[in-house]
Amino acid sequence: MTTVDNGVNVQALLDAREVLKGAPEAARFTWRASSKWAEGVRSTVTVEKFFGLGQEQSHKSESVFSADHPEVFAAPDNGITPIEFLLVGLAGCLTAGVASVAQNRGIQLRSVESTVEGNHDIRGILGADSDVRNGFNDIKVTFTIDADASKEEIEALVAQSQKRSAVYDALTNPTNVTVEVA
Amino acid sequence: MVVGAGHAGLAASRFLSDRSIDHVVLERGEVANSWRRERWDSLRLLTPNWLSSLPGHHYAGPDPDGYMTMGEVVEFIEDFAVAARAPVRTRTDVTSVRLAGDGYQVTTNQGELRCRSVVLAGGACNVATVPAFAAAVPASVAQLTPLDYRGPAQLPAGGVLVVGASATGVQLAAELQRSGRQVTLAVGEHVRLPRVYRKRDVLWWMHGSGVWDQRYDEVDDLTRARRLPSPQLAGTPERATLDLNALTAQGVELVGRWAAVRDGDALFSGGLRNVCSLADLKMRRLLATFDEWARTTGREGEAGPPEEFAPTAVPAATRLRLDLTGGEIGSIIWATGFRPEYGWLDVPVLDDKGRLRHEGGILDPPGLYALGLPLLRRRRSSFLNGIEDDARAVTDHLARWLPVR
Repeated sequence: MTTVDNGVNVQALLDAREVLKGAPEAARFTWRASSKWAEGVRSTVTVEKFFGLGQEQSHKSESVFSADHPEVFAAPDNGITPIEFLLVGLAGCLTAGVASVAQNRGIQLRSVESTVEGNHDIRGILGADSDVRNGFNDIKVTFTIDADASKEEIEALVAQSQKRSAVYDALTNPTNVTVEVA
Repeated sequence: MVVGAGHAGLAASRFLSDRSIDHVVLERGEVANSWRRERWDSLRLLTPNWLSSLPGHHYAGPDPDGYMTMGEVVEFIEDFAVAARAPVRTRTDVTSVRLAGDGYQVTTNQGELRCRSVVLAGGACNVATVPAFAAAVPASVAQLTPLDYRGPAQLPAGGVLVVGASATGVQLAAELQRSGRQVTLAVGEHVRLPRVYRKRDVLWWMHGSGVWDQRYDEVDDLTRARRLPSPQLAGTPERATLDLNALTAQGVELVGRWAAVRDGDALFSGGLRNVCSLADLKMRRLLATFDEWARTTGREGEAGPPEEFAPTAVPAATRLRLDLTGGEIGSIIWATGFRPEYGWLDVPVLDDKGRLRHEGGILDPPGLYALGLPLLRRRRSSFLNGIEDDARAVTDHLARWLPVR
C-alpha cells in the first residue's frame, strides 16, 4: 500500500483533539487583526499575534493586508475589497478541510482548485433600497478536485470539510458582534 | 432493584427471574408509563411487528409487517410483564439512590429499600432538550415539546415551526401540515432513510446485514453515534418514506438549523444544503452496504431490484430569518432531542455533560447497571428489538458479580 501524503499532519490534529477534550480552557483561541486607516477608503490591516493553548502566540511573521475598493467604487483600488476577504477566508478554510479530511481518509490528492463567488447587491450598502441587505445574498463555491478517489468519496470530502469549517460556520450562522469606541 | 417498568426494566426482570435472583421493579407510574403518557396520539413504533420482540414474547397478530400503535405497544409490554411475572411496584417514585456499604440505599415515595445491585432502566427520553435561546422567543408564540404534544388540535392558530428533523420532527411536521397548518421545519444534521428499500423494510436490512449488530466498542466515534438523531422513519400502514423530499412535496417549508433569536426574529443557518448532502451521502453508503451484503450472502432473491433515491431537493434560497412577532408562527415544537433524568442518582457516574458513564451498560460502581439507552451495547439497542441481547448481557454480568461480592 502506498503512503498517502497530502502534507497534513493529521496525527497531530487527532492527538490535539484527544488532549483538548479534557482541557477546554486550552482550546479557547482569540484571533486578532489590527487596522489603521490609510487614506480614502483604504486601510492597512496587520495580523500577527493571537491567543491560544493558554498563552500568547505569534505567527512566524507579521502579515500586512491592504483593504481598499475598486475603481468602479470611485476608489484607487490599492487592495481588495473587505468583503472579498471573506471569500479568501472561506476558500482557505474549505481547502484546508479537504486536504485534512483526505489525509485522514487515506485519499491522495493531486490537485484541489476552487472558485468562490459571492453575489452582492450593492444597493444595500448604498442605502438605495432598504429591503436589500448589506452583505452577500448568497455564496457559491465550486471545487475541482483530482484525487485517487471516486466521485462519491470526493463529494464526501467536500461535505465533511464544510461540516468542520470555521469560516463556513461563521458565514452561515449568526455571530454576535460588538463594536465599541475605546 | 430495577428502576423503571418499561420494556428495558421488564426485560431485565425476566432474565433475573430466570436466574432466580430476588428483585423488585420500581415504577413511578404504571407499566410502560412513558409509552402510555408521554407520546403523541398518532405515534406508531418504528420497528415492524415481526421485529418487535421482547425476551420470549413475540408479536402474534395478523399484520407482521405493520407497526404497533402506542395502545398496542402498551398492551404488548403489559402482556410481557404478566407473562414474565415481573415483581413490579407501581406508583413508586425513586427519589434517591446512593452507595451504602456493599450495596445501595434507595429512597422512594413509598419508603426506603436496601439492595445489592441497581439496574437503571428509566428510559432515555425523560426530559426534552431545548436550546437556551428558547427563552428569547416572544411570549405570543406557544412552545411545546414532543412530551407535551398530543395532536394538531391542541395548538393555537397560525403556522408551526418544528425544530429538528429526527423521526419525531418529521412525523410532527407531516401531521401538522396535513392538518392544514403551514409548517416550517428547521433542519440540522439528520439521518435520512427510506422506509422500504428494495421491497424490504429498511430495518429488515439493518437486522439482517449486521449493521444493527455493530458493538459500542467497534463504533468510531461513540459519543457522536449515541447522540445521533433518530432516523427519519415513521411507522405508517402505507409504509411510506418520510424524508425531507416527502415533506417538501406536502408543502412543508425547509429552513436551516435554528441558530439564534435576535430582536424577535428566528435566525436560521444558511448551511441546509450541506447537512442534506451529508445525509444523502450517508444513506447511499448504508444502502450500498445492504446491496453488498445481499450479493455476498445470496440474499438477492429475498429483496426487490436495485433502487435509487433522488437527492434531497434543497430550495435555491432558504429563509434565514423569520419574524416571530408577526403572527405567521403561532407555535413552536422543539423536536430537539431528549435526555434521561438522573437528578435522583446520588452516585458519581455522570460525565461533565450529565451523561451516564458506562461500558455497554456496566457502570464503574460495582453492581450498578443501565439498560434502554441508545447504542448501549449495539446499534440495535436504540430499538425495542435490541433489549433482549442487552438485558441478557447485563444480567449475566450482574449474576457473575453477585456471588463474588
